[in-house]
Amino acid sequence: MPWPYLPDDFRERHRSVWVDIPNTLYDPRQGHHVYHTYLDQLEYAEALGFDGIGCNEHHQNGYGLMPSPNLIAAALARRTSRAALCVIGNSIAGYNPPIRVAEEFAMLDVISGGRLIAGFPVGTSMDTNFCYGQIPALTRDKYREAHDMIMKAWASTEPFAFDGKYNQLRWVNCWPKPIQQPHPPIYIPGGGSIETWDFCLDHDYNYSYLSFFGYRRGKSLLDGYWERVAKRGKDASPYRAAFAQIICVADTDAEAEALYAEHVLYFFNRCLHIFPPFADPPGYRTMATIKYGALAQLMRQQMLENLTWKQLVDERFIIAGSPATVRQQLEECIKGLRIGHLFCLLHNGDMPDWKTRHSSKLFAEKVMPHLRDLWPEWKHDERWWMHPMDERRRPEERRPGVEGAGAEWTR
Amino acid sequence: MTWGAVATRKGTRCRVLEGGSGAPVVFFHGAGGLLRDNPFLDALARHYHVYAPEWPAYGESTGDELLEDMLDFALHGWDLVDALGLSRPHVVGHSMGGMIAAEMACLAPRDLGKLVLASPAGLWMDEHPIPDIFALLPYQLAEVLFHDPERGQALLTGGADLSDLEALKEFYLASQRRLAMAGKILFPIPNRRLAKRLYRLTAETLIVWGAGDRLIVPAYAARWGAAIPGARVETLEGAGHMLPYEQPEAFTRVLAGFLG
Repeated sequence: MPWPYLPDDFRERHRSVWVDIPNTLYDPRQGHHVYHTYLDQLEYAEALGFDGIGCNEHHQNGYGLMPSPNLIAAALARRTSRAALCVIGNSIAGYNPPIRVAEEFAMLDVISGGRLIAGFPVGTSMDTNFCYGQIPALTRDKYREAHDMIMKAWASTEPFAFDGKYNQLRWVNCWPKPIQQPHPPIYIPGGGSIETWDFCLDHDYNYSYLSFFGYRRGKSLLDGYWERVAKRGKDASPYRAAFAQIICVADTDAEAEALYAEHVLYFFNRCLHIFPPFADPPGYRTMATIKYGALAQLMRQQMLENLTWKQLVDERFIIAGSPATVRQQLEECIKGLRIGHLFCLLHNGDMPDWKTRHSSKLFAEKVMPHLRDLWPEWKHDERWWMHPMDERRRPEERRPGVEGAGAEWTR
Repeated sequence: MTWGAVATRKGTRCRVLEGGSGAPVVFFHGAGGLLRDNPFLDALARHYHVYAPEWPAYGESTGDELLEDMLDFALHGWDLVDALGLSRPHVVGHSMGGMIAAEMACLAPRDLGKLVLASPAGLWMDEHPIPDIFALLPYQLAEVLFHDPERGQALLTGGADLSDLEALKEFYLASQRRLAMAGKILFPIPNRRLAKRLYRLTAETLIVWGAGDRLIVPAYAARWGAAIPGARVETLEGAGHMLPYEQPEAFTRVLAGFLG
């Protein structure tokens, strides 16, 4: 959810889109329209037939206008009726006390009739450490403790005391509790920390690799994940994994460039302009992960200098082109990475509303149907998908206080 | 000076640079660790029996997972003193080491001789915000740490050739490991409410500061002086935050004059 009005000379004048970006660049009156445009687009995605619509949490960030994804999801819960609400997610190490997340996610699950996908990211270092002040070396420990509290709060039918290292609560008693039992599907978004794999496998959570750098670069990491899955003796259901991919669809490859290049480049050149130290404070990544990725993090910023559309397409940072091109490359992406869930990033940078809708519609009509049955042998694997309540009504059909005024509570 | 090692009762294992003879002086290093060359320790060892232990996660010292917060660090400091078999040593702390030394002296004011705090961390003044050392590019570090950044850069890397990728990787890994540990008491703001405990100090105290300190500016020297009644405050010219390394002779002279 980027701010679409970053100036042309943003890179030259500011060192980072995140953490210390001047908030004078934000105009609340324009912001009003920006929020409604994005919310409308997410509702439109449901109308187009997408299985889910997503939001996430970022702070002090020029490309992520959702410090509270739960507020966005709450708005969507009332205006949609079918799509999963993928909140990917709440950076739980930063919530004091984390029971707040258990409560708000339960609220969302109840309001939406059991459509919540609950994401628990460790959070980027920009968000969790620099904006929310958590100590890098203790962040993962605090994250695990917050996770334990939330899951126990959802599972427990009696109040309990939680004596944690970072959180002490004498009375944990989650009211309300989620519709989906024992809990909504849990997605763990990871950037590339190898500890996250075991955490997902310990609990049978979905591992979501969220990257803006495309499936070729994601391949080695997901290969590592699947190797770990096999080593742990878990089944290889592709629904254990999700991947985020920037996608642009037009009638032809050439038209895709003409329509979308400037907006995608806005995203890569302005929105990903991050002061490198914010991305890698000492202690945020474990020594094991640093050694695994060696100096990759340090080199990333260099990689992003002066990217062109041709590079982005050729090196598959993005999947862009005609429906046929996008279909073929996405098949390669889905099969190559062995993923059951695809986060389609269809709005990019400062893309205007009509282009986002155009690309999304072409995708829904001409690409999506061809991707639905790529894993026939796992067709009935529902372990990582929502389980809404059967009798859920479309919210627009039943508005208590309007036509239903005076109705009795159902028993 | 020679390297040895001690194990504490808690289970950390720390390397100790030791040498000289005379009254015992324990030196606690800052967030960057001991550098390859530590001439001020050599000079101090001409007057005293000097012990310079490394914090866990620094160099080859281990047990960093056992220390999580300020109290852990301060008690670890005393555990080291015990493990070294010392009684009432003079305690000298630089930067983060000064912050820990001051905490130690507040916890057990009668267990040390004299206290020297060299540009200690641990206080915060809104009108003089301390730069965020966890958000610096590598080349910016020497600029905030040293009066003479060019010379400082060479001191920091200890002559390693960082254009060599393997050397760079090794330097980077060690540096990440050190600062991850330091972050437990310095991130996001190097203030763990030491100020409200300083009233407990009874040891004779010297505050020594580099006149050109750009990390913790000299206004903090005055604040420390005011917070510790009777403290002596000295400022060294031609030195920044890394004053023991930039002015080893003047630093040693001032310390020797104070410790006696």
